[in-house]
Amino acid sequence: MKVAVLVKRVPDTASELRVADDGKSVVTAGLKFVMSPYDEHAVELAIQLKESHGADVVVLSAGPPDVREIIRSALAMGADSGILVDTGQAGELTCRGAARLLAAALKELGADIILAGKQAVDDDAAQVPERVAELLGIPHASVITRFELGGSAATIDREVEGGQYTLELPLPALFTTQKGINTPRYPTLPNIMKAKKKEIREIPAAQLGVAADDLLGQVVTESMTLPRQQRLCRVIEGDSPERVRELVRVLHAEEKVL
Amino acid sequence: MSVLVLLEQRGRLRKCAFEAAVAARDIARAAGLPLNAVYIGASLADETAELAGLGIARVYAYENETLRHYSNDAHVGIVEGLVRELGAQVVIGSASALGKELCASVAARLDVDLVQDCVSCAWDNGLTAVKPLYAGKVLSTVRLTGTPAMISLRPNVVSVARDDSPAPEIERRPMPEVTLRSVIKAVTEAAAGVVELTEAKVVVSGGRGLGGPEGWPVLKELCAVLGAALGASRAAVDSGWIHHSHQVGQTGKVVCPDVYIACGISGAIQHQAGMRPAKIIVAINKDPSAPIFKVCDYGIVGDLYEIVPLLTQELKQTLV
Ligand SMILES: Cc1cc2nc3c(=O)[nH]c(=O)nc-3n(C[C@H](O)[C@H](O)[C@H](O)COP(=O)(O)OP(=O)(O)OC[C@H]3O[C@@H](n4cnc5c(N)ncnc54)[C@H](O)[C@@H]3O)c2cc1C
Ligand SMILES: Nc1ncnc2c1ncn2[C@@H]1O[C@H](COP(=O)(O)O)[C@@H](O)[C@H]1O
Repeated sequence: MKVAVLVKRVPDTASELRVADDGKSVVTAGLKFVMSPYDEHAVELAIQLKESHGADVVVLSAGPPDVREIIRSALAMGADSGILVDTGQAGELTCRGAARLLAAALKELGADIILAGKQAVDDDAAQVPERVAELLGIPHASVITRFELGGSAATIDREVEGGQYTLELPLPALFTTQKGINTPRYPTLPNIMKAKKKEIREIPAAQLGVAADDLLGQVVTESMTLPRQQRLCRVIEGDSPERVRELVRVLHAEEKVL
Repeated sequence: MSVLVLLEQRGRLRKCAFEAAVAARDIARAAGLPLNAVYIGASLADETAELAGLGIARVYAYENETLRHYSNDAHVGIVEGLVRELGAQVVIGSASALGKELCASVAARLDVDLVQDCVSCAWDNGLTAVKPLYAGKVLSTVRLTGTPAMISLRPNVVSVARDDSPAPEIERRPMPEVTLRSVIKAVTEAAAGVVELTEAKVVVSGGRGLGGPEGWPVLKELCAVLGAALGASRAAVDSGWIHHSHQVGQTGKVVCPDVYIACGISGAIQHQAGMRPAKIIVAINKDPSAPIFKVCDYGIVGDLYEIVPLLTQELKQTLV
């Protein structure tokens, strides 16, 4: 059985972000990059499947050669090998483009189970994995919090607002992971050493037969801004009952939000 | 040419369906296009009246018991087919868990771009939308130049302002032939009266400052008075005090209530990302130097176990 995991490199969630002088992009120089947190759950699930069912775990990432670092972190967690779909130093990939490249690489690979994060915490696009599944013509389920393998099918719980669906999908299928499904492991030192020897195959994007046009998007960024940060920051003084009374008064009578 | 809105239902039409319809109505008016809607479910029968005042000309209703619960295999084909048939120029869905999956799949089938989880949209010789990036640390204004232009709208960012437009015409359609690959084994819905975090007008959240799960009853009493949803910091979730579905933040939910009340939460950057869209933020924390006091509107420095019960009492008297 082969399990493929899609991982994306994103700025650390603790990053303070700035808008570049062009007013249309974020300054990425100097940022620390990590594997998108939801992808860690996908990698963990894959490794658990390796431990319980002897799966071969292949990690894929599409992007500039720098994304190799996060493929390496997944290998250090316990994945077997990696594939870097190298887009060179080309600008941001569109979701359509990323999905096309990943689907083309996955078609060659032929995985039984494809796992991805429910969304990447940079663009919060929430669509690359679903697009990949559609391009491959396989069933899929998003935002899963439980995964159970049974023969040639998988039973999963998926989270919806205030509820849950339990589904059974025939394999091959794609799933996106939500927090709560597992606790991603930290790589141990011996595994970090072992990961250095594991293979990361490079596939230049141009070799995947995806037309250059398909990597372009029709969504044009007109401007980027930082959200309103100014808050009143009024610390209410007095004894406790007075402060609470004043808080209720401002919320009710002034702000009119209660 | 038309605008198509996807009406999400889970047994009943969801609040986010009406919100998406209102946003779509305003786009359709500005663009001079008719607004149509698609309903996929068991039966729309007793809910048609609720669709008045939303500017919808026609609802394409695919009604079948098999369609009671969302099934990707069935829904995606229906929406894709209808978009093609109508030559829709704009497609608007809801950025709920199911809505995002549906929109992503449909966009892939149509091979068009999609912007998920928009907080507003407008018509200006084409569709523009505001899309939060990095969990809202950055707001991006984008123009969609492809056809159809497709977005999903975040719940709770549009108020459902009805006008005097009549109830739509309902065109009932049979369910298309489709092979359902995934099988629904069970559906669990939250108990009635539990307010969904992303749709709540008021959110009360607790963090490590609760000291343990015994703090939740105190916060829940405040929630009950306010009709609020209960949130939590990651520290509270990771301590095993509450289910992860309550987590607010960059790796939890982004909420946009009128009031967010953070109790015993320090205000880490990842937590801020989840509460930032709130109109008013209130912080209750016993440490006057906690970062949350720099990103809130009103703060009370004090022990939450003293302040929160007082607040619940006071509100009971004010809100009668
Ligand atoms: C990849 C990543 C993703 C993350 N995503 C999220 C996320 O989505 N959401 C999130 O919340 N965090 C997230 N975090 C964690 C975040 O960095 C903080 O660790 C977390 O938010 C802290 O939670 P807290 O404020 O409850 O706890 P603390 O920081 O420990 O703060 C507790 C506060 O309670 C106060 N307090 C204590 N006792 C009382 C009392 N009796 N009355 C009143 N106040 C009291 C203290 O003064 C303190 O300020 C993430 C971290 C990483 C690395
Ligand atoms: N360039 C990429 N390379 C590999 N995986 C990706 C890439 N972009 C997105 N993904 C996967 O798709 C998930 C959702 O991403 P997104 O649709 O961008 O929110 C991520 O968590 C990854 O698992």
